[in-house]
Amino acid sequence: MKKEITFTLNNEEVIVEVDPKWTLIHLLREVLELTGTKEGCGVGECGACTVIVDGEAVNSCLYPVMEVEGKTVATIEGVALPDGTLHPIQQAFIENNGVQCGYCTSGMIMSAKALLDKKSDPTEDEIRTGISGNICRCTGYVQIVESIQLAAERMKK
Amino acid sequence: MENLLHVGKNVPRTAEIDKVTGHAVYIDEYKRPGMLYGKILYSQYAHARIKSINTEKAKKLPGVRAVITGYDIPDVRVGFLGDQTVLKRDIVRQFRDEVAAVAAITPEIAEDALKLIEVEYEPLPAIFDPIEAMKPDAALVHETDARGRPLRSNILPLPWKFSAGDVDKAREESTYVVKHDVTTPWINQCCMGTSGCVAEFDSNNNLTYCAQTNVIFGAKQRIATYLRNIGLKGKKIRVLNPVVGGSFGTKLDTDIYEFICIQLALKTRKPVKIRFTREEEFAALPPRQASRFTIEQGCDKEGKLTFRKVDAILDNGAYTSWGATTPSVMMLPISSMYRVPNVSFQATCVYTNNIYSQAMRGYGNPQAAFAVETSMDLLAEKAGIDPAEFRLINRNHPGDVTPMGLKITTCPLEECINTVKEKIKWDEKRGKKNGRGVGMASLIHVAGGARVYLSDGTGIRIKVNEDGEVDVLSGSTDQGQGSPTVIAQIIAEATGFRPEDVNIVFGDTALGLWDAGTHASRHTFVAGNAAVRAGELIKRQILELAVQHIPKLVKRSLKQQQKKNPDFVPPELDYTLIDSPDKLELKDRMIYPREAPDHPYFKTEVGKILTSGLHVGVGESKAVAAEVFWDPPTQMLNAEMKGNYSCTYAFGTAGVEVEVDKQTGEVKILKLVSAHDVGRAINPTLVKGQIYGAAYIGIGYGLTERVQVVDGKVVNANFRDYKILTANDNIPVEAVIIEDPDPAGPYGAKGIGEPGLVPTAPAIANAIYDAVGVWIKDLPITPEKVLAALKAQGQ
Ligand code: FES
Ligand code: FES
Repeated sequence: MKKEITFTLNNEEVIVEVDPKWTLIHLLREVLELTGTKEGCGVGECGACTVIVDGEAVNSCLYPVMEVEGKTVATIEGVALPDGTLHPIQQAFIENNGVQCGYCTSGMIMSAKALLDKKSDPTEDEIRTGISGNICRCTGYVQIVESIQLAAERMKK
Repeated sequence: MENLLHVGKNVPRTAEIDKVTGHAVYIDEYKRPGMLYGKILYSQYAHARIKSINTEKAKKLPGVRAVITGYDIPDVRVGFLGDQTVLKRDIVRQFRDEVAAVAAITPEIAEDALKLIEVEYEPLPAIFDPIEAMKPDAALVHETDARGRPLRSNILPLPWKFSAGDVDKAREESTYVVKHDVTTPWINQCCMGTSGCVAEFDSNNNLTYCAQTNVIFGAKQRIATYLRNIGLKGKKIRVLNPVVGGSFGTKLDTDIYEFICIQLALKTRKPVKIRFTREEEFAALPPRQASRFTIEQGCDKEGKLTFRKVDAILDNGAYTSWGATTPSVMMLPISSMYRVPNVSFQATCVYTNNIYSQAMRGYGNPQAAFAVETSMDLLAEKAGIDPAEFRLINRNHPGDVTPMGLKITTCPLEECINTVKEKIKWDEKRGKKNGRGVGMASLIHVAGGARVYLSDGTGIRIKVNEDGEVDVLSGSTDQGQGSPTVIAQIIAEATGFRPEDVNIVFGDTALGLWDAGTHASRHTFVAGNAAVRAGELIKRQILELAVQHIPKLVKRSLKQQQKKNPDFVPPELDYTLIDSPDKLELKDRMIYPREAPDHPYFKTEVGKILTSGLHVGVGESKAVAAEVFWDPPTQMLNAEMKGNYSCTYAFGTAGVEVEVDKQTGEVKILKLVSAHDVGRAINPTLVKGQIYGAAYIGIGYGLTERVQVVDGKVVNANFRDYKILTANDNIPVEAVIIEDPDPAGPYGAKGIGEPGLVPTAPAIANAIYDAVGVWIKDLPITPEKVLAALKAQGQ
């Protein structure tokens, strides 16, 4: 039985029929074709699927689709400005090698964004905790943490 | 060589901007019209006879388009030793054996269909311990070889035996000798993007195959052989790469799921995608293999190494992939890390009913380095020499030819060791045995190609369009290491354009010239060398155009000025300054005379030359294009495992400071310094990224990671139970770039993809010994092992 839900996705209202059994990632990737959100495990253990719901970073592979009703969802596709200008976090990832294979990157950036939106001046420990649910096999996290620090600095200005 | 404009600069990875905006197309997103989804049914037993397979119910499930078993496809052998088939008909020899496969309109339906396939097995005795499997009366994993000849043993017929000098004599003459055993576990490469591919046949049965392989031409050739063997001779095959979500060795061989995907596409006449779940990635992808080493080393009174003897037993699992060839790289540290005149090495690969193994970053080097570098510390202690000093005494030197015939060209190992000593405060912190300690380990690795196939070459094609875009077709692949940026920097430098002008297409067998593969830390070195050469040809072509066209442009502009201003007196210009391409230079998009770089009339923007020089008129128009295939002067290993198989070698040293909690056995890394000889860093930020990433995997290898295989079955096939480090582990890693430009490298660069991983685990083990006096010789070094060792010592 499909149900209709309404929510805000990347600043636009979306009305869509969903199967209540779906997870949010299924809706995003398979129905709305927003494939920037990645599925690295499907069971809440890698963070590749991280999106922001009402300001909180969540694993969209676990998030029941019915629960987004009335909420505000942000995915990687909505992070840059509509004219394509990169968000400072994206820019920093490009400049400081925060991205290698890029598979973890969407999730990393969403976790980082959720953090910086709440706290403009996080400590290194807070950054590391903020992305501790996001596994990256390529970078050893060093340049990801540095990228987020760089973005935070620039966003303050 | 100085005055480089782009090489050595931290050029941002703008070429990969789609990775930060969510628009990059990985295999997950790669879609074709009418595409079906394939899923694989694996064995329920480590060793069993298949009595029957019933697929009727699965076939009837709505949405299912094909169900295949070994009886539906030709019984053709695949793999490095041809020791398995694509779908197993009679016998399964490991839990991940592929028994049947389904193609359906959604992955969910395919998954449901698997559950409807009924397989009846008759369990057979299985063997999981390679030592047991080596015994003469052991049950056989394979009764026959690929050609059907009976086998008498589980030991693989592989030639891993090396000897140089006289080890027995050297042992007798040694003042100090140590001998110990180490073991290393299976490690999963843990690419964040799981494995997958899309196979699609056209109406002529030509195949387009989108795959994550890092060896596109090797994959093409293996698939061609397979197609030929199943009766599709002479079909055209195009292998394409999507954006790849990590590789780390997994994409070196063509895996069984890939042949299954091709079979499903053939059967259904539709494009078919297979993409692994994370569980499959752990259970059905060949990991780094488990190994055991016995290592014996000796030195004289002064601490000079006299001999090294290493015996390795490698659990091959049930079939053979590249894991069985890792001894060729184990040879590097065993024969050539430090000066050691007498060496013997033997590796025995043994069939068991465990999972089989593949390549992983570092190939055999991390395993063997763990043996060699822990032995170095044991021997140093026995000889009463500080382990850092002991390494310096025995360090390699430029100009050395090692026992296996490696010709060492540049070698800043001394600087690597001393840098680590200084940064880790070695002299101050070593030898306290107070719960904190420091340790180090070094490495040698191929850094200038690696001749593992007859050709070690790579090709690059460059064309410059009239608008000044530099289009490049590379025969190589990119797995996320940053080649779109690094190779663009090299090409910009060589051609005289800017990195942002360069657009590189990787990973397409239809477009690129042949390449041996992006493996063995060879890409920047080999493709970079081809790029420099092709870039120089391009520059020459443009300068030839400039010789013709700068005078024309200058004269035309002077005439115009005269027209505008009749008083204008045209200057007397010395056109001999620009009458030959040799007298011109092209740099940063500007062409100018070498003798007068700021010449007010002759200095010309390259775009103007392209516009006026390319599209000219009948018989005069031109194109700027060049291609170079470059095969480095490397040798294949001979039957004695000797040969200079890389143009140059990378050295490096890792130093670690640890704190060991004696109550819990917990090891905390306080600092890790990884100093690496990179020749020249083309892009220092990206080089550091390679070192950090590799070092982090090395820490996991040292402390947390292990594929747990119980009676042949992977029991920790998820990130909860397979402990991969997160950002919260907060291990301070410092990457130090040591530059000593190598004459053979592109602008002096050496490969750096793998080295960072190699010395990390042994450096940790050595630091733990320094901290609390226990040797953990069995990776990973878990708190339980540390506690047990402390207890055994009465601590
Ligand atoms: S895919 Fe959601 S946490 Fe891994
Ligand atoms: S960049 Fe590859 S997993 Fe993070």
